[in-house]
Amino acid sequence: MAGRTSAAGAAKGFALPQVPKILVYIVGFVPAVWLFYAGITDQLGADPMRYLEQALGLWALRFLVATLAITPLRQLFGINLLRYRRAIGLLAFYYAALHLVTYLVLDQGLDVAAIVADIVKRPYITIGMATFVILVPLALTSNNAAIRRMGGQAWARLHKLVYVAAVGAVLHYILVVKSWPPEPLVYAAIVAVLLGYRLVRSLVKKPSARRRAA
Amino acid sequence: MLIRRPSDILPSEITPREVYLNRRQWMTGAAGLALATALPGVLEAAPLQAAKSPLSTTDEKLTSREDVTSYNNFYEFGTGKDDPAAKAKSLKTSPWTVKVDGMVGKPAEFAIEDLIKSSALEERIYRMRCVEGWSMVIPWVGFPLADLIKRVEPLGSAKYVAFETAYRPEEMPGMDTLFPVLEWPYVEGLRLDEAMNPLTILAVGLYGETLPNQNGAPIRLVVPWKYGFKGIKSITRISFVEKQPPTSWNKQAPNEYGFYANVNPSVDHPRWSQATERRIGEGGLFVKRRPTLMFNGYADQVASLYTGMDLRKFY
Repeated sequence: MAGRTSAAGAAKGFALPQVPKILVYIVGFVPAVWLFYAGITDQLGADPMRYLEQALGLWALRFLVATLAITPLRQLFGINLLRYRRAIGLLAFYYAALHLVTYLVLDQGLDVAAIVADIVKRPYITIGMATFVILVPLALTSNNAAIRRMGGQAWARLHKLVYVAAVGAVLHYILVVKSWPPEPLVYAAIVAVLLGYRLVRSLVKKPSARRRAA
Repeated sequence: MLIRRPSDILPSEITPREVYLNRRQWMTGAAGLALATALPGVLEAAPLQAAKSPLSTTDEKLTSREDVTSYNNFYEFGTGKDDPAAKAKSLKTSPWTVKVDGMVGKPAEFAIEDLIKSSALEERIYRMRCVEGWSMVIPWVGFPLADLIKRVEPLGSAKYVAFETAYRPEEMPGMDTLFPVLEWPYVEGLRLDEAMNPLTILAVGLYGETLPNQNGAPIRLVVPWKYGFKGIKSITRISFVEKQPPTSWNKQAPNEYGFYANVNPSVDHPRWSQATERRIGEGGLFVKRRPTLMFNGYADQVASLYTGMDLRKFY
């Protein structure tokens, strides 16, 4: 499970106490379990369906941002969380899937005509759906067998799509709200910093040195 | 055994209906007086006497008071639905005046308690359809805007009515953000004939009591056939003007929010459909969408205001 990269990274930075990865999944699913429980027991306010839908989407975005933060944390601060990246990335996908299912089943009541019209006519739905579609191959290849089969370089290239997904998720969020409330803009700024960091680093670092590091 | 004698109350001693009704008015006034004499600042919810109105919808379940007062859009207090209930207590609604000016014969500045005292309050149960795609059924207490308009005698040149919300950043924490969500103060407007329509009211209460701050205390507009954002809250000024006045959401996104903002299932918001809505409090997590009605179900009373108009153009 990404053992090699994590060992190499740990050698560079200081070692954090390791926790079992299963714990990341367990803690990661706490919000989802709580949200469904609170929704069924009428604790999500006046518009529980919308609350659940939005909260699941927001958690998907948070986990997406967390996966993007792992590389800068290691490179800038020597904090190595690489061994948890796969779990966090998959959590982002699971939450995106729950968000989508909530939209399809609870929000639209599986009204196929309304859903298709939404996807075709509403840019924020189009973008949200495209973002989810991008996450699917990433989730399907988030295992050691896929890395072996594809080869590390091709696998890494495919997983660069997570940058596109992060941009899509933030756009989806901005487009669904009225006016310019602060929360989506804060997430947009965080994603911009995390992606901008990579861009700057790739420009500053000599290509040859990069290849050796990789 | 007690044998009751026939009542010895003379017919002349029975309180005449007029006096009884007067007393009712006096009670309303007393509520107003209670408002006036209360300490400045936050008001306790005070009961309001209101006559039932034939213009109320009667066949729909009311949205609970809890939901009506905890799920609000009042961006002066933040963009979250629960922000107004949490933060609007800081708005001082006493003393409060409403300035009525512009093209009127009798411009005036009304103290809110006088306005309440001098108006025949009615209970109006209306559907409220938010532009975001949800709806409620709310028992407002208020009076026809037309009553106030008649009192100030608009000039022939007055064609529109402009409304303005209080501008108090120090009492409204949502106004003071890095990027203002809207240009403050919040402004709204109606065509004069829309303002005169019997359905249009100024609400001063809901569920039989004075308005909670988060619902637009102490006085707000309710126009049931238009999207909720037309119902400007915490009004401090009403002006009669010749030209169509600017409105807040229209200024913010002119292609998304029109001046008219009539509820219309066949004219979508550019970013989402308006064909259906979720009724708050109905079904919880498993709420079923219901079809949105033309003019929010008030077409019989208001469709004639728009004959010959292209409602796709004048959205």
